[in-house]
Amino acid sequence: MTDIETELRVRRIENGTVIDHITSGKALIVLKILGLPDSSHGVVSVLINSHGVYGKKDVVKIENRELKAREVDRIALIAPNATINIIRNFNVTHKNKVRIPSFVEGVVECINPNCISNSNEPITSKFNVNTEDEYLKLRCFYCGRVISENIAENLL
Amino acid sequence: MKFKDQHIISMREFSREMIDHILNVAEKMETIAQGKQKSDLLAGKILAVLFFEPSTRTRISFETAMLRLGGDVLSLGSVDASSIVKGETLADTMRVVDGYADAIVLRHPKEGAAQLASEFSRVPILNAGDGAGHHPTQTLLDLYTIKRESHLEGIKIALAGDLKYGRTVHSLCYALSHYGAHITLISPKELSMPDEIISDIVARGAKVVETDSIEDAINDVDVLYMTRIQKERFPDPAEYQKVASRLKVTMETLEGAKPELKIMHPLPRVDEIDNEVDDTPHACYFKQAFYGVPVRMALLGLVMGAIE
Repeated sequence: MTDIETELRVRRIENGTVIDHITSGKALIVLKILGLPDSSHGVVSVLINSHGVYGKKDVVKIENRELKAREVDRIALIAPNATINIIRNFNVTHKNKVRIPSFVEGVVECINPNCISNSNEPITSKFNVNTEDEYLKLRCFYCGRVISENIAENLL
Repeated sequence: MKFKDQHIISMREFSREMIDHILNVAEKMETIAQGKQKSDLLAGKILAVLFFEPSTRTRISFETAMLRLGGDVLSLGSVDASSIVKGETLADTMRVVDGYADAIVLRHPKEGAAQLASEFSRVPILNAGDGAGHHPTQTLLDLYTIKRESHLEGIKIALAGDLKYGRTVHSLCYALSHYGAHITLISPKELSMPDEIISDIVARGAKVVETDSIEDAINDVDVLYMTRIQKERFPDPAEYQKVASRLKVTMETLEGAKPELKIMHPLPRVDEIDNEVDDTPHACYFKQAFYGVPVRMALLGLVMGAIE
């Protein structure tokens, strides 16, 4: 694909954040985790199944808002290879890979129906994140139940 | 080691050093627990006992512990009569009750309830069981019983019954791994201990063997820890009968056992230990229930800052 073809699909942004290398097909979940577009007044563009060097990927571009690394790290649960690029005046000024956080709050719902976090108590769900094994594991801070599969299905 | 104002939520937060300290304090409490010595260690203190599901044994053991130390007990009546049925959250209940008491004992049907309570209460929470979650004071009294009636270091122990769902045995296995225990797990295949827990306790230094017959293990162990198998785990009553009869301790089962073998059970039992066994020196389960009192006395004294 030529640069012009790419440009016609989604144009470069002047200022803001580009989240690149999102696992293919997960861009809309990434938006949900980040509370977008509600949390941004700028234009948000989404590319799904874009061609990258390592195969298909998704890309999200958020204009006029610089996301902080800590905000974006939460998406590492479903897109562990994503990168965050801060754009100023059409140039990438910062580029970072998302880091899998050791603790997440208010992102995922506990799969245990008898967990106190799934009741009307004034608390948000909390999980310790374990990355020691091949697969990512979330351990509920309240009941200890482990979620190791289908994390995306249990997003709040 | 500082226990004052600490919540007691699960065994996960206890190091071996902390466990040893609690057990040592409990030992000093024993004569008071037996009523042979009077104490006013917690005089002027109030313990709120909130049980959102029934458990007579644990509740009266906590209440006795508090009364033996000269303190007072504030008991929540039945849940039906309380504001819970009016829809009050546990968080609000905690914020109210912490103004009335110096510590709160909580039993709740939801897993994680004690953790939540600790986030809202300004006084220490002692978890007396949260659903299928944690019950740390049961584990501590089990450890205390093993220490008093046998020995902890390198203990050879067999755990029999429902090892899949039984929170008591999971928590006990974790705690025993601090002491390099040799653990034999006895259960039918459908109720065996989850692999994840076995690999965890092995990684922590315990040695684990699995079998499905008490006879295979009984000759070699210092302690046999029995648990109840719940009928409702088996869709077929005949299957339950088959499993239950295989995991039963009788005089015959004990023929090859060491003379110093101790049999423990968290109680209530159904028919997994024959009544004849009660009169043998092996039977230790009623003493185990008593040991809950000095252990809970130690915890109450420690978290309320009356003992260092």
